[in-house]
Amino acid sequence: MHEGSMPGTSPVKNANRREFLKTSSAAAVGVGLAAQFSLARQAHAAENDDTIRIALVGCGGRGTGAIQDSLQANQRVKLIAMADAFGDRLNSSLDQLMRNGKIAPMIDVPEDRRFVGLDAYQKALATDCDLVILATPPGFRPIHFEAAVSANKHVFMEKPVATDAPGVRRVLAAVEESKKKNLGVGVGLQRRHHGGYIETIKRLQDGAIGDIIAARVYWNGGPPWVHRRSELKQQYGRDLSEMEYQLRNWYYFVWLCGDNIVEQHIHNLDVINWLKGAYPVKANGMGGSQVRRGPDYGQIYDHHCVEFEYADGTRMFSQCRQTEGCWSSISEHAHGSKGYADISGHEIFADGSKPSWQFPRGRRQRDYEQEHADLIASIRAGSPLNEGEYGAKSTMTAILGRMCTYSGQVLSWDDALASTVSYLPTELDFQAQPPVTPGADGMYAVPMPGITKVI
Amino acid sequence: MNSNVDSRSQYFLLAIGFFLFALPGTIVAETASTAATTPPVPLVPVPHSSAASEQEMTPYTEIVVGAEAKFDMLPIPGGKFTMGSPESEPGRKPDEGPQHEVAVEPFWMGKYEVAWDAFEEYTMKMNAHRRKVLSQPATPNDKLADAIAHPTPPYTDMSFDMGKDGRPAIAMTHYAARMYCKWLSTKTGRYYRLPTEAEWEYACRAGTKTAYSFGDDPAKLGEYAWYFENADGKYHKLGAKKPNPWGLYDMHGNVCEWVLDQYDPDYYQKFAGKVSNNPFAATSKMYPHVARGGHWDDDDPAMLRCAARRSSDQEWKQQDPQLPQSVWYYTDAPWVGFRVVRPLREPTAEEKQKIWDEGLDAEGEGARIAYPEAVVEK
Repeated sequence: MHEGSMPGTSPVKNANRREFLKTSSAAAVGVGLAAQFSLARQAHAAENDDTIRIALVGCGGRGTGAIQDSLQANQRVKLIAMADAFGDRLNSSLDQLMRNGKIAPMIDVPEDRRFVGLDAYQKALATDCDLVILATPPGFRPIHFEAAVSANKHVFMEKPVATDAPGVRRVLAAVEESKKKNLGVGVGLQRRHHGGYIETIKRLQDGAIGDIIAARVYWNGGPPWVHRRSELKQQYGRDLSEMEYQLRNWYYFVWLCGDNIVEQHIHNLDVINWLKGAYPVKANGMGGSQVRRGPDYGQIYDHHCVEFEYADGTRMFSQCRQTEGCWSSISEHAHGSKGYADISGHEIFADGSKPSWQFPRGRRQRDYEQEHADLIASIRAGSPLNEGEYGAKSTMTAILGRMCTYSGQVLSWDDALASTVSYLPTELDFQAQPPVTPGADGMYAVPMPGITKVI
Repeated sequence: MNSNVDSRSQYFLLAIGFFLFALPGTIVAETASTAATTPPVPLVPVPHSSAASEQEMTPYTEIVVGAEAKFDMLPIPGGKFTMGSPESEPGRKPDEGPQHEVAVEPFWMGKYEVAWDAFEEYTMKMNAHRRKVLSQPATPNDKLADAIAHPTPPYTDMSFDMGKDGRPAIAMTHYAARMYCKWLSTKTGRYYRLPTEAEWEYACRAGTKTAYSFGDDPAKLGEYAWYFENADGKYHKLGAKKPNPWGLYDMHGNVCEWVLDQYDPDYYQKFAGKVSNNPFAATSKMYPHVARGGHWDDDDPAMLRCAARRSSDQEWKQQDPQLPQSVWYYTDAPWVGFRVVRPLREPTAEEKQKIWDEGLDAEGEGARIAYPEAVVEK
């Protein structure tokens, strides 16, 4: 019945449109995406509506930002369904989006397409959406991604795509399935769609600083948000179940967040994987919870420092920290046999202290929008992008680092990826027991190097 | 005609949504009845900071109690100057005219732009964090200051890897800069605020009438300012260039500086042929506000002139990836900072509240959220 709100769209036309989206134009391969797109439009626009219908799963700050990015970056896309574990998050998200006059006309989410609960994603996938944006806390990503591929939906999923090795393996298997089905899979590692990064990495791969010997990457900054049990109780006027509390304060629980090395630092680790065209073969590291302690800070560390090694011997030194008052840097750097590059600054120093190459300044990059534009264009062109493999393997890189800092051991990629240690709960229900619970003092057990087992 | 803008009168320009009033003089009936009652803030003494008259004003060093952060304040004598630029000035824009006479009252002004260490005492909640970690008791000022709205955590490294030590804080919204002043005032018991646009230009000119406080020749700009030509793509340590005639550093360049005023390109028209006393365009909406002085990424030296006006824009937070976007940060303006002033004539509590909070409802939801950490944390 929602069709009534979309002028000129009948179920029959929808069928044509869907067929178009799935099969269009292998003939255009080899032509630039924009050209392909216009060819496709000429061939099909007259009789087909190629509007891409999007469902949003996970309506927090990033999910709301992601759908806004997609709507702003694309034409003939529409938000048609929303899902979240919590009704209040869904409603405030929709309110925010509707306040943006530019995209409000692209939003058509009547009440019967607003889905609330831990199974809301299934209902969103059961709509006639073409593409689903997965932006819940990352622990759910493998489950949601599997279900989306199974339902034949194109996917844009935020990083990281899992919080443990079994989750990464599930995602990798579903990626294979998605390729067979020719589904688009975008992953929210937006640096890969940023002109400054693209141009810098290309030059480094072409040998601008010789062989890459080492890399340094940082996500050192302040602490993120925290939702305290006492504040949540006040806000909702009741005691929250332990499961609901952890979902509301998800950053601080490994099964939901993955720890900050996985949730944030993945961006920087992925840049070096991209540069190398490879993934580390082993790692060692140390970390802990030095400054941030208390019952509302769950189990995660506030700092990690990891040394990764690639098969060719290249080392990647990585730091991430969430502590106020300390040196802050979010950046990636490469050292080569013939020079140095500030990758995040888009500068190459092959001849000493003056840059030998710089990405032109003043060219504003909208990578958060570009990643959505690129995915949608590729779907329309019939050769959808599939970023699932590097999304999963860069997630695994970060998990490998976390396994080292939690355990205090040197670990190989293969052993880490094969780990059967799963953090997910066996039952997903607001009244079920989550995988970790606080002790009598309200504190959660924090991983302890030398004792904690990760594989 | 001077009476139009003297310190007794206020008149509303409803058509464009904001009004002027004398500052920091008398704002009478309208505000006194509606202003929130605030508890008295104890004065935290620091040497040389008190003065009963302009003659007694001396430089002093402000100390953020509980922190290592200190910064220098310089006395700026009251006086008259010609605001705006002549049509003959190279690079001049129409919003800089007509030139008109302005009288300002004495104030102290930050010798430098606000530095990261002093700013993060507030924004990163360093002050409360330190107390918690070191088990230090909260002073009465601490308790009042903790109750002021504090920024949410930033999404990214807000120094954008340009370093923090001794360098200017950047990329805060106008609202965040105003709230910092409120917090700082509550911490110290001395009243701080952003300079008005008139105070800023008066202090920048420092008695000069030329395009820059060192003359008209942009070729000399590199001796006084960090800008595109010499900044190497980033801001620099405070006070590394020559000061202006009144001893203020980095008024030209490094980071451009928030002033209190809402931006109105036609604002000066109202003052043609008059002397305006302490003019100021109050905030009634989120955009645009005025930033002055030019910055490290300005490639046009004209943007660094004493009279050049810059207006803020929604684009300044384009890349903030969260929705709703933060009311505290401008992810795309890594070149906007501010410095604080302290007027000699301390306004009433109601007037202070108005200057800090005027138009806050325009800032969107979340703007008034208090910071509960200090009371919740044990």
